[in-house]
Amino acid sequence: MTMVLDRPVAVEAPVKLRKRGERSRLGSIAYHSVMIVASAAAIFPVLWVIFMSFGDADAWANPSEIFTHPVTSNYGNVLKQHDGFLTWLGNSLIVAICTTLIGVLIAATAGYALSRMRFPGHRPLMWTFLVTQMFPVAILIVPLYNILSSLHLLNSYAGLVLTYCTISVPFCAWMLKGYFDTIPVEIDEAGRIDGCTPFGAFWRLVVPLARPGLAVTAFYTFLTAWGEVAYATQFMATPDKYTLAVGLQTYVGQFKAEWGAMTAASVMISAFAATVFFLVQKHLVSGLTAGAAK
Amino acid sequence: MTRLRRGFDRHWYAYAMVAPVVLVLALLVLYPLARGLWFSLTDANESNIGRTIGPNHIPSTYDFVGLDNYWHILSGAEGHFYPVLGWTVTWTLVCVALHYGFGLGLALLLNQRARFRTGYRIMLILPWAVPPFVSVFAWRLLLNGQEGIVNKALGGLGLPAVAWLSDPTWQKVSVILVNTWIGVPFMMVALLGGLQSIPAELYEAAEMDGASAWHRFRYVTVPSLRPISNTVILLGCIWTFNQFAIIFLLVGQAAGASSQILVTYAYQLAFSGVRDYSGSATYGALILSLLLVFAVVYKRRLGSPAKEGTA
Repeated sequence: MTMVLDRPVAVEAPVKLRKRGERSRLGSIAYHSVMIVASAAAIFPVLWVIFMSFGDADAWANPSEIFTHPVTSNYGNVLKQHDGFLTWLGNSLIVAICTTLIGVLIAATAGYALSRMRFPGHRPLMWTFLVTQMFPVAILIVPLYNILSSLHLLNSYAGLVLTYCTISVPFCAWMLKGYFDTIPVEIDEAGRIDGCTPFGAFWRLVVPLARPGLAVTAFYTFLTAWGEVAYATQFMATPDKYTLAVGLQTYVGQFKAEWGAMTAASVMISAFAATVFFLVQKHLVSGLTAGAAK
Repeated sequence: MTRLRRGFDRHWYAYAMVAPVVLVLALLVLYPLARGLWFSLTDANESNIGRTIGPNHIPSTYDFVGLDNYWHILSGAEGHFYPVLGWTVTWTLVCVALHYGFGLGLALLLNQRARFRTGYRIMLILPWAVPPFVSVFAWRLLLNGQEGIVNKALGGLGLPAVAWLSDPTWQKVSVILVNTWIGVPFMMVALLGGLQSIPAELYEAAEMDGASAWHRFRYVTVPSLRPISNTVILLGCIWTFNQFAIIFLLVGQAAGASSQILVTYAYQLAFSGVRDYSGSATYGALILSLLLVFAVVYKRRLGSPAKEGTA
């Protein structure tokens, strides 16, 4: 007892000695309140849309009614529409899947060549990819519109897919180069010694190893194509060709607002998109920054 | 010629592998780009451009006007360029600052050991998982007129309702608010990845040397995060500068020039009223040059070791 009193520092020690990373009670409260506020801000709009999707036509002005009279008719109406939600979903899927496939297939070999081989034109090509990603929609949209119009490709899947390739091809090549850089060159060399051609080494050895990278690149491209607004709004002129991003605009125009249809459609799109997203999200950032940091 | 031949012999594999991409880029990007730049030197608009109506083909009648469009816009005679540019720069800086600030703050919090951390993480990522065009419509519902929930909440607090989507000034606040909501999760996840890759030994060593929490943040976290910060800030600036969907869908079609950024304004020029193709192309060329200058300066500044300490 006296020994402890001799050294007053020791009396304080139990109070101050916390394990690393542990917080005081006050710190904990502060931490959790910040997190709860931030999380609430993040999820509230989504919850509100889900909630409103169960309201009838006037519910947006009078939300409390939804508790007493929830309806599911919005979902039925949206799904039943002719040239409506399901058509648009199909269009979005067709366009996005085609864009993704073309982007990844065309860009994969280029990404590999850029990652492994040094050839005249290497740097300019890398620069082109980088610069293309900065292209504002404004500089290409008018020429593309005129070109597609003279080829009679406006209002067609093919036209929109070609347009999206201007974004997806350089993006995929850039991303995939980053991935191929992470695969050791020794693997290719071993393949070459065993008699593979450079293309054989790429196809049989590197592509199987790069499968996660290919998947993430594909997913990103898909997301971009699926959420694109500017081109689709101008190029797809009739409701049977709208993508979701265009179709949703028709629910909430300048003069009318079908919030019921809009919220129900939003919930269905997001439920699908968010499920896929959470399955792959761990890989998303590492992929993007791996390519970009080079 | 022989040198060319030899170069080709040695590199033909590489060329064969990049050929498809080069071909696609030449046809789909460079050719339209060249046409776009050509348009910017003409007076092309909807009425004088070549087009096909039914079986009749009407030939183009627009003329080459040299740099008139650029002069018209850059001299301020056109009247919208500098105000829109000013707002675009403000918009980009404010959005990226908010994205980065909130993103870093939340990433630091998520990087600490705490209960419910996974739960918070999932909730905080949610805005990224929802397709942006859906999020924008969700926000239109929230910010909508007198009856939107945000205005009702303000009313509940005794505050006056705000014309979020129709008043030009509030439109600007709204687009920043929505863009911040959509963009923070990406920054957060990117920076969290960066934080988690910092070796714990660095913090232990700093702690042994008596560094306070602030010092550990300032002298360990910040420098270690610099490479990833530079990348995400550069990406963020380019994306935000070119951000089309949020402004277009939230306030776009109804808004005047004052709440447009350069990209949406150029789009409006090209596709509303008498379609001003040359004006829009000129804007496109100007936007691209601005971004190129920015990217080069940014890269160069980061590249020079003298600035390393201050960046």
